[in-house]
Amino acid sequence: MNPFAGGQLMNLHRLAPEVVLCVFGVLVMIADPFVAVPRKRVLGWVALVGALLSLASVHIANHFPGSAYSDLIRVDSFSMFVHVVVLVAVVLVILGSFDYLDQENIQRGEYYALVLFAAAGMGILAGANELVTAFVGLEISSIASYVLVGFRRRSPASNEASLKYFLLGSFATAFFLYGIAMVYGVTGTTRIDAVQPALEQLVTTDGRMPGLAILGLGLIFVGLGFKVVVSPFQVYAPDVYEGAPTPVTALLASAPKAATFALMIRIFYVSFRSAQGYWFWVICVCAVLTMCIGNFAALVQTNVKRMLAYSSIAHAGYILVAFAASTDLGVAAVLFYLAAYVFMKVGAFLIVTHLGQQDEKRLSIQDYSGLASKQPVVAACFSLFLLSLLGLPATGGFLGKFFAFQAALGVSRRALALLVVIAAINSVIGAYYYLRVIITMYFQAPHRDYASAPIAPAVGIALLIAAVGTLYLGILPARVWDLAQAAAQSLFPH
Amino acid sequence: MRTGPYLLTVITFLPLLSVAALLMLRSDDHAWIRRIALCASLAEFALSLFLLPRFDSTNAGYQLTEFHGWIGDAIHYHLGVDGISLFLVLLTTFLTPISILCSWESIRENVKGFFISLLVIETAMIGVFLSLDLFLFFVFWELTLIPMYFMIGMWGHERRIYAAVKFILYTMFGSILMLVAILWLYGKAGTFDLPDILSLMQSGQLSFPPRTELLLFGAFFLAFAIKVPLFPLHTWLPDAHTEAPTAGSVILAGVMLKLGTYGILRFCLPLFPEAAHRMAQPIAVLAIIGIVYGALVATVQTDLKRLVAYTSVSHLGFVVLGIFAFNTVSIQGAIYQMLNHGVSTGALFLGVGMLYDRRHTHEIKQFGGLATPMPVLMSFFLFIALSSLALPPLNGFIGEFLILIGTFQSHHAWASWAASGAVLSAIYLLWAYQRVALGEVTVEKNKSLPDASKRERIILVTMAVAILFMGIASPLFTRRMEASVNNVIEQTSTPRDASRPVSLPRAPYAVVPPAHPALAALAERQVRP
Repeated sequence: MNPFAGGQLMNLHRLAPEVVLCVFGVLVMIADPFVAVPRKRVLGWVALVGALLSLASVHIANHFPGSAYSDLIRVDSFSMFVHVVVLVAVVLVILGSFDYLDQENIQRGEYYALVLFAAAGMGILAGANELVTAFVGLEISSIASYVLVGFRRRSPASNEASLKYFLLGSFATAFFLYGIAMVYGVTGTTRIDAVQPALEQLVTTDGRMPGLAILGLGLIFVGLGFKVVVSPFQVYAPDVYEGAPTPVTALLASAPKAATFALMIRIFYVSFRSAQGYWFWVICVCAVLTMCIGNFAALVQTNVKRMLAYSSIAHAGYILVAFAASTDLGVAAVLFYLAAYVFMKVGAFLIVTHLGQQDEKRLSIQDYSGLASKQPVVAACFSLFLLSLLGLPATGGFLGKFFAFQAALGVSRRALALLVVIAAINSVIGAYYYLRVIITMYFQAPHRDYASAPIAPAVGIALLIAAVGTLYLGILPARVWDLAQAAAQSLFPH
Repeated sequence: MRTGPYLLTVITFLPLLSVAALLMLRSDDHAWIRRIALCASLAEFALSLFLLPRFDSTNAGYQLTEFHGWIGDAIHYHLGVDGISLFLVLLTTFLTPISILCSWESIRENVKGFFISLLVIETAMIGVFLSLDLFLFFVFWELTLIPMYFMIGMWGHERRIYAAVKFILYTMFGSILMLVAILWLYGKAGTFDLPDILSLMQSGQLSFPPRTELLLFGAFFLAFAIKVPLFPLHTWLPDAHTEAPTAGSVILAGVMLKLGTYGILRFCLPLFPEAAHRMAQPIAVLAIIGIVYGALVATVQTDLKRLVAYTSVSHLGFVVLGIFAFNTVSIQGAIYQMLNHGVSTGALFLGVGMLYDRRHTHEIKQFGGLATPMPVLMSFFLFIALSSLALPPLNGFIGEFLILIGTFQSHHAWASWAASGAVLSAIYLLWAYQRVALGEVTVEKNKSLPDASKRERIILVTMAVAILFMGIASPLFTRRMEASVNNVIEQTSTPRDASRPVSLPRAPYAVVPPAHPALAALAERQVRP
């Protein structure tokens, strides 16, 4: 009997990216005991192949849009766009991990398996059309990342970060689950697209939403806000980002953010579209807080990883500006921003990985002084990523901000205009700390005792991809922008 | 000779192409890096001269335009040149080889990076002058910042890092608000294309309530005013100019400041005519304060380079004043003054740089009596100073005279206050010259200083010829500007203005036989009943 002939298995191809990731993750786990310690890197290559195949299978899934497994999962351009963003981040991180793990003497198969599992979880997040499924996706990706954060077992900082992330993270997911329960209690459904019609019937005659539903949405926002690092739930991020192994930081700062923002968009835009009057102000206030806290705190950091952690908080704030627009254009802007953000952020963290040297001992900004004269290419690459994070034209970061601001100003609403002005001023404040690193690299004399390490080929390839991606999105963004717009439209089937 | 339809694109991106060539050279191959950079910039200058014969001075609109889609339906790659931008492009391509030549020996570290920065700045500046799409304009506008930041920060003097950061944060602050305004404008107009927006406004399909218009004008104007810089936003300028290497100062003073005044003319006036008229008075007052304040502060400087930097505040005040007097003569004067300032102040910085190369100081006290050991250099210095203080028949005179005479027509008080700046400029420049060049040689080291080398003579002679040429042959320039300037004035004149009868005072200067076509036009208007 053909197993694909009928029933739920029919839908397997719609989950192709996740299936490939899981299969390769399991493969790596099984193979791990049979590979001698000095040759563990082979497992990394297997994982890389898995990630690339998964990226290719996004293409397959894309040919079969629709819903899978009783509408638990949706396959639409939106989900596919986020899949690609997440998988690109994963590919870059795996490429950047090989030499780091060797250097830290923690080259293990489970590292790669966990990265793949985390990616599978994020894929489910991106495609989930049902809140409990989304919760499962969130847990898969979170639990894998708790372990990854503590992967430098012998380092107290890494352990501390892992514990902190685990405790606070499980707290946040509990909030998320509680929120789901409340939404279910009010509407009687957990299907994301069914919440909206149910809510419409519950609206009172004077246009008020049931309070429990709003409370549920609030709790969901707490849970997801924690994952995308939005103020006031950002407190853990700098410590965790600093303590985690740097390639894991690169992953944490990019891929889960993209996947969780995708889920947030689905929940806020699809399920709670009619509650927009309630969440609009929350998003606005959080955006201002996130940008200001991120930027001002980053100004005084001396540790590069911490500075980049705060900068990623600030970027979540800029994304929220587009999010607050509550239009198709806003969704497209969020997606484009995430795409640009993945290249520049992962690129920047991979450079930090490379320059950290053994035991991550060179992480202070001062350690980078005179880098330009020692390693001009690395310095130029790092400058490119920093300038993109800053938002200089001709880089992806600029267009991300540009589209975000454009989306927010496209809605004639005074609060949004004010929000854009605040975001704009914030990006100038942010300029200072990015430029400070460039000053150190270019304008200061090099350290005497600095021995520059050549860039390993795998890291080199990852950096090249990130740099080309950053410039491509900055100079020829038309194609990706079109895709982002198509993705945004697929979210609201008319 | 046919130059093809892509002349403007080629002019814009040729320097960037030569950057690619430079990147392929070994970084210690200094001789070839310098040669290629110089050849590229000379080729660029020659190419930009092709604009002149192809430019139709009777056409007020944009010429040699190029239009291609870029991002979506709204953002286009749209280039064009008109009478306002034409000579600013030429000024840029003229000053770049000069700056390369003046850094020939003084830049010894990271030569490759220096020339790459210089050429990238050239592309960005030309792009600013030529782009007709607001998005494209903004991209080029921001791109000028980073290479200049590196130039000040890496090859500057003692306080270079402070100056570089101050420079970039000031300008970024202004431009980010301009970006918000551009996006707002797009939200209303649905396009970033400047000519499209202007035609929408003329047909009445696009208009702003006065308050919004004022805010938008403010956002644009702030960005430009910081760049100009208009008093009281000028504080980045003395630091940046003083700390930059000579070539950086030449480019900064010569071209970059004009990005601001150009922006005002190109965007602020036509897009927000009502607001521009409403704000003309306070802006003119700030400009006049800048003229007088800049001149007074320049007088008391002990650092020669800082002195020259402050003259920019004063001279650019004239330009802003001329623009906001809203008449053909004063705006022509303002554009001409932009060119003059580029050449004269650029040349002053070159002279100061040559002194620095010899003595590694800018302190006026360290000089004195330099005319004895360096007669050639010092006589050129005098010539340049005279052009900067607007001595007829040198170039500075024409610009300031046109501005003052145009301003006087509508605002007597403005013109008379501003005229005091012209007097003050004579004081600070001649006094500085006296302290540096005349009298006995006071410092022992200075007795044996070498006079201008062959390379320096080439630079100085070129600048002197340009100064003299612009002083004598000014009609060649102003004739090409006139149509575009009238066009700007027409776009700026609001319906309210048009309805009001224009009554010009009968001025005494009309009896002087006007030698200049701009003046002739003016006189004609006076005589006409």
